[in-house]
Amino acid sequence: MTTDHHHPAELAPVEARVAAIESVLVEKGIIDTDALDAIVQHFETNLGPMNGAKVVARAWTDPAYKERLLSDGTAAIKELGFEGPEGEYMVVVENTPKVHNLVVCTLCSCYPWPTLGLPPKWYKAPAYRSRAIREPRKLLAEMGTDIPADVEIRVQDSSAEARYLVLPMRPEGTDDMSEEQLAAIVTRDSMIGVQRL
Amino acid sequence: MTGAPLDDASLPRDNGELVFEAPWQARALALAVALVDKLDLPWEVFRLRLMAEIAKDPQRPYYESWGAALESMVVDLDLTTPAALDAAAPTERAPL
Repeated sequence: MTTDHHHPAELAPVEARVAAIESVLVEKGIIDTDALDAIVQHFETNLGPMNGAKVVARAWTDPAYKERLLSDGTAAIKELGFEGPEGEYMVVVENTPKVHNLVVCTLCSCYPWPTLGLPPKWYKAPAYRSRAIREPRKLLAEMGTDIPADVEIRVQDSSAEARYLVLPMRPEGTDDMSEEQLAAIVTRDSMIGVQRL
Repeated sequence: MTGAPLDDASLPRDNGELVFEAPWQARALALAVALVDKLDLPWEVFRLRLMAEIAKDPQRPYYESWGAALESMVVDLDLTTPAALDAAAPTERAPL
């Protein structure tokens, strides 16, 4: 990173290419800069794990909602106002004392944007994508999450037909918490399945 | 995992982790989303290209694959040509 403001920095090839694509599409009137700004803004402020946390907290406090969520994830999540690209084929998988779910996309980086935002860097890394399938228990342990030997790990590989969201187990000692308080303790990693709450 | 620093609210952070490492990555993402939306295409059209680019070179940085997928999409949709992109590519970033 240069701090020299007198000389423009050279662009990396991919950065120059993306800028070229943008200028060509804008020039042709296919897209406009304001629309791009609005999309970036939307990703920065509206999408993120705080949305998924609301879904989880609702499911923990409303059994009828939980039932709808597990039978038709997309529709139940839409009830709370979360929808859009990468949110069309939502499958919510429930963690239980006997089953722990782990989400991966082995082929690229499919990830439920409306409920979790954009994926963290490690989710897109080849190491995570391959090891989640090959040795999930070891991978989870290395990420600080020890899954007891008697708990089955189910690895959910995203596809064109499914974007997964893990419904973590509600932690003990949270009986007195409100839905809003519960949402605050749900982490992104717990909804990917690399963490237990 | 919790309590990650949120020291700069203006940066897109996801549990304390930067989502974009550079502004062009956000532009690349927005371009793909805007284009698919504008042309009323399913997101799958872009996703398949991204998968193909990642498979081609699994160790390449993620957003470089994204950029390559974006280019292949706009060229195949006849929205532009590689030559036009060469001509339009800036070589320097404007001074801040």
